[in-house]
Amino acid sequence: MSIALRSGISNFCRNMCSMSGVVENTIRSKLVSTLEAKHLDVINESYMHNVPKGAETHFKVVVVSDKFDGLTLIKRHRLVNDILKEELQTGVHALSIVAKTPKQWEESDKIVESSPNCKGGFGK
Amino acid sequence: MNNLLRRTIFPSYNNTLKLCRSFANVGVPKEKIDTLIKNNKVVVFMKGVPDAPRCGFSNAVVQIMRMHAVPYDSHDVLSDENLRQGIKDYSNWPTIPQVFINGEFVGGCDIMLQMHQSGELIEELKKVGIKSALLTAAEQSKEEKK
Repeated sequence: MSIALRSGISNFCRNMCSMSGVVENTIRSKLVSTLEAKHLDVINESYMHNVPKGAETHFKVVVVSDKFDGLTLIKRHRLVNDILKEELQTGVHALSIVAKTPKQWEESDKIVESSPNCKGGFGK
Repeated sequence: MNNLLRRTIFPSYNNTLKLCRSFANVGVPKEKIDTLIKNNKVVVFMKGVPDAPRCGFSNAVVQIMRMHAVPYDSHDVLSDENLRQGIKDYSNWPTIPQVFINGEFVGGCDIMLQMHQSGELIEELKKVGIKSALLTAAEQSKEEKK
């Protein structure tokens, strides 16, 4: 039930953002073109934080790409951070990354947990 | 007129520019961070303090450290704007929290979580002479079974 609820909420958010998410779309297209992602989720988690409605400040990305093959976790994260450098410098405040190779993705349960609850540090 | 303009306006323009730049990028000197990260085997840069984290991601790292009973230094970047920028520049990593083990940048919240789940964290801690409480607990329950 809680999983259904959770995915319901994130789907709701995803739908809302697909209407207005400029940054979300940029993130999506950059990751698709640079990493040739086999699977990609860009989830706007800003609603969980103390930011205005419709804000694009907190994201989670789930990227499945062959380009991660042979790279350590930290190198995968650096790669994604680097591709999204501009966004991170201009308003994207939090970026949670799940980076897997297609093989790892197939072997996983494909359930991506939602990020931890906000503790109010942003907007200080 | 032109000269006058240049002398009166441009210097202040330049100063403003410098001021902005110093606010944006100055951070704390690399040497200071070098000292901070070498002061303990595990050092965490976070938002808030371990007893009262002010960000869910920082809180997750604190909880992981607690589970493994890791002694560590923590630094609150919310109380020091220069440190907040400085640490990002130092490790070339755009977000907080940041965890250092043995003076080396290990990762942020996502990486710590995955290392915790895969058991890699226990190994990394072992390398620097810290025995995870989870390992101790596992050994104890094994002993009891015997």
